[in-house]
Amino acid sequence: MSRVEIRAPMPGVFYRKPSPDSPPFKVDGDDVAAGDVVGLIEVMKSFHEVSALEGGKSVRFLLEDADAVMAGQVIAEIEV
Amino acid sequence: MAIASLLIANRGEIAVRIIRAARLLGIRTVQAHSAADADSLAVRMADEAVLIGPPPAAKSYLDIEAVMKAARETGVDAVHPGYGFLAENADFADAVVSAGMIFVGPDASAIRLLGDKVAARKVAREAGVPTVPGSEGRIAGIEEARTLVEEIGFPVMIKAAAGGGGRGIRIVRDFDEFEKQFPQAASEAQAAFGDGGLYIEKVIENARHIEVQILGDGENVIHCFERECSLQRRRQKVWEEAPAFGLSPSVREALTASAVALARSVGYRGAGTVEYLYDADSGAFYFIEVNTRIQVEHPVTEMITGIDLVAEMIRIAGGEKLSIPQDAVRISGHAIECRINAEDPAQNFMPSPGQVTALVEPEGEGVRFDTMLYDGYWVPPFYDSLLGKMIVHGADRKDAIARMEVALKALTIDGIRTTVPLHLAIAANPDVAAGAIHTKYLEGWLADAPLSTSLSPAASQTENA
Repeated sequence: MSRVEIRAPMPGVFYRKPSPDSPPFKVDGDDVAAGDVVGLIEVMKSFHEVSALEGGKSVRFLLEDADAVMAGQVIAEIEV
Repeated sequence: MAIASLLIANRGEIAVRIIRAARLLGIRTVQAHSAADADSLAVRMADEAVLIGPPPAAKSYLDIEAVMKAARETGVDAVHPGYGFLAENADFADAVVSAGMIFVGPDASAIRLLGDKVAARKVAREAGVPTVPGSEGRIAGIEEARTLVEEIGFPVMIKAAAGGGGRGIRIVRDFDEFEKQFPQAASEAQAAFGDGGLYIEKVIENARHIEVQILGDGENVIHCFERECSLQRRRQKVWEEAPAFGLSPSVREALTASAVALARSVGYRGAGTVEYLYDADSGAFYFIEVNTRIQVEHPVTEMITGIDLVAEMIRIAGGEKLSIPQDAVRISGHAIECRINAEDPAQNFMPSPGQVTALVEPEGEGVRFDTMLYDGYWVPPFYDSLLGKMIVHGADRKDAIARMEVALKALTIDGIRTTVPLHLAIAANPDVAAGAIHTKYLEGWLADAPLSTSLSPAASQTENA
């Protein structure tokens, strides 16, 4: 079993929830399918979804909600 | 003046603008900044800089406690909030005053009153300012709604009382539609906002956006004429002018007098803007809202009147009376401002943060570039995309448009995408030249002729280079 990284496609602020009052897209331990949305990145006041490029098990997030993120930074890891 | 030192509680081009005005007045400047703005032009220019938090605005520029701590620790006399962030936050104005400092803006009570849409509309009506025909607050039910619509005529907007920012709005054009939509709107509002209350407002079609600049010292109020801001995209102004074109002297007189009457009725102190919808066919104008701060597009007013609005608002905050009588405010020529954003107009305005690898600014008489950029600057991704404002002053509107084209072509911003190609396209647009525009014009035009087809990435690069 190896781990695959989900990286930020652009810099900005990373959000784990679709809105402040919503539950997170995914929580640690969830399975992720290819194309699943795992978070949002706000760049210059516009929001972009971050999707997993491939599926996997037991996601582990490396960022908290509303953390700053650089392009290419690892957001989460999944087991494949 | 009571202000010897000033904290700038903002960032970007407006922070730079405020520092310039404060310097002219001999005021020491302290720039509050997030960790992402440590290398900003404003931080480099200010006499002192103070870190207020991490990059996200919620933890820095929007954090009242963090900003107040910086103000106390640096011992400033006053705080300038700029625009956006905390500029129209009455609690922030209260906090500044409670700490024994001066807030550069109106009293918290005026911010609170004019920031409440229903209350502001009432203030406007009582001051004799025309408002958009519609219900006074919530409408009781379909019977009352039907009577009102018969009176004001179609088309009308049905708005959720608890909505906002364009959410929960439907436009209906006849009674058949109205009978169907009204009950639906009520149940949808209940589901979406937990409040089924509705407003009704007449739709002013093909309206222009015109706004009047005001200055008040608590006793006297003057206007500095109006701006035309109809070219908008997603409710954001893109291109602004002063004065508004095609206004008759009597309409201009009534419009500016109404803004002064409104401001006077609340004893307004500081710089402010009264916004209107303008129906060019009938010459009628209708109050929208008051912005109790300096506006992004203030430079076009400065260019045609010669008044330094930012310096004036600081002087007023420092306890001085208005330095200019109304009859000394005159319009000279025509000014245009283009908002240069870090967005790619050829790719649906995708944000484009990153490093500016080369910067060449146009120079010349009647050209002004208000910017936060310098050669080598990294534009951070955390804030809005405004990089700067290209402002030109010409003898008349035609001359100003021509000068804008020259100025934009002389501007080089390499390394990131910008909206310069959009502005060049606007400057060449015959409808714009003819003044045949309204607040929905730009979006319609972009939908009909997307810039992505007329501007290949290569062409976009060339025009930016």
